[in-house]
Parts: sequence; structure tokens; C-alpha cells
Amino acid sequence: MPAAERPIDKPRPVYLNLFAIRQPLPAIASILHRVSGALLFLVGIPLVLWFVQRSLASPEGFAAVTAPLMTPFGKLVVLVLAWSYLFHLLAGLRHLALDLHVGIALAPARSSAAAALVLSILLTLIVAVRLW
Amino acid sequence: MVSGTDKLPVGAHYGLRDWLSQRITAVVMTLYSALLLGIVLWNGGLDYATWQALFAGDAFRVATFLFMASLLVHAWVGVRNILMDYAKPTSVRLTLQVIVICVLIAYAAWAIQVLWGLA
Repeated sequence: MPAAERPIDKPRPVYLNLFAIRQPLPAIASILHRVSGALLFLVGIPLVLWFVQRSLASPEGFAAVTAPLMTPFGKLVVLVLAWSYLFHLLAGLRHLALDLHVGIALAPARSSAAAALVLSILLTLIVAVRLW
Repeated sequence: MVSGTDKLPVGAHYGLRDWLSQRITAVVMTLYSALLLGIVLWNGGLDYATWQALFAGDAFRVATFLFMASLLVHAWVGVRNILMDYAKPTSVRLTLQVIVICVLIAYAAWAIQVLWGLA
């Protein structure tokens, strides 16, 4: 049947359910880039400013802000923020390469997205080992 | 194709400017991160005395401020992009954007206070 005669049986525009679609790796890296950036803006910046301010004020202040790093919750916060920073940094370097037309074909773009994810987790594990 | 007009199909160029500043600030922050990591590794961790001495140097304070200034510009482009995508009603988006700008300026003031101790 020619396109012009085909009945309009689908409602347009079509809204895709993002949760029902299996997302490709670069898409997962992309949304995590965004999530990690938002986390760093909302929690990371004020927490680091507070940490640096207190830690520089006096030896007591330094002891007071480094002590929470020994608690499980403190370590969890540090690890989440460390992963956010590391992943955001690595995904950003990947973006700079893509901007320079390096690795823009499908296969390298997929593997660099995987590399950013894996490397950020490995580096976060190193931070975790240092923390414990 | 647009024809019969000498109007260039371009906008105000702020898209390019923001895109470029996001990348330049990213490079500045990457270099600072490498510097800080190098200093921490060189000292084999940080105690209070090393930490205090590090921030006592003017060069490091200026480098840290460059990092903070880059971070705030970078965060503005990123958060604005997020708001443009998800905060659809103009009133909500504008309100959130104004709040974000105020927060970023407050972060900048806080950073200056930390670095040059106005307290």
C-alpha cells in the first residue's frame, strides 16, 4: 500500500518508554555522567568546601573532619563522591576525545564507555582500600 | 536549503561559547586534579602540617582558585543543560536557574573565604 493511502493508526508523536528499552553502553555512560555531575554540584562542592575550611582552621578542626572518615557512613559518602568525581573525569576525557573525532565509530565508542565505567570502579576500589 | 536570503542560519553563539567553556574548564580541572594527586602521592598522604603548609603558599591558593572558578563555570553549563532538558515549564526552569546561579555565587564567596581567610 502506498504511504499516502496508509491509515494513520498510530498516535503521533510517539513517546518512548526509556525504562522499557535496553540502553546501549554509551547511553548508560551518558546518563551516569549527568547523575555524577549533579551529585558533585549538590553534595560534592559544599562538602569539600566545608571539609577544607574546617581542616585548615586548626589541628583540632583537622582531626574533627577527618574522624568521620573512619565511620562506615563517612566512608560511604567519600566513596560515592570519589566515584562520581572519577567517573565524571574519565567520561569527560572520553568526551574531549570524541570532540576531536577520536573513537567516534560505534565499536570504539562502546569500548571507551565501558573503559570509563570499569576504570572508575577500579580507581574507586583503590580509594576504598586506602580508606580502610 | 535556505535560499533567496542573505540571513545567516546562526544564533547568538552562546551555545558554542558554553560548549567551549565547559571543555576548557574541564581541562583546567583535570590538570589541577593531577597536580593535587601528585602532591598527595609525593607526600605519602597528608597530615595537618603538610596540608596547612600546602595552602599557605600563594601559588597553590591561586591554582586552587582557578580550579574553583573553572568548577563553577563548568557546573553552571552542566546544571543549566540538565534544567533545560527536564524542567519544562519556563517559570519553573527560570526559578531553578536563578537559584543555581545564587548557589554558585555563594560557593565562590565561600571558596574565597576559605582560601584567603576573611573570617
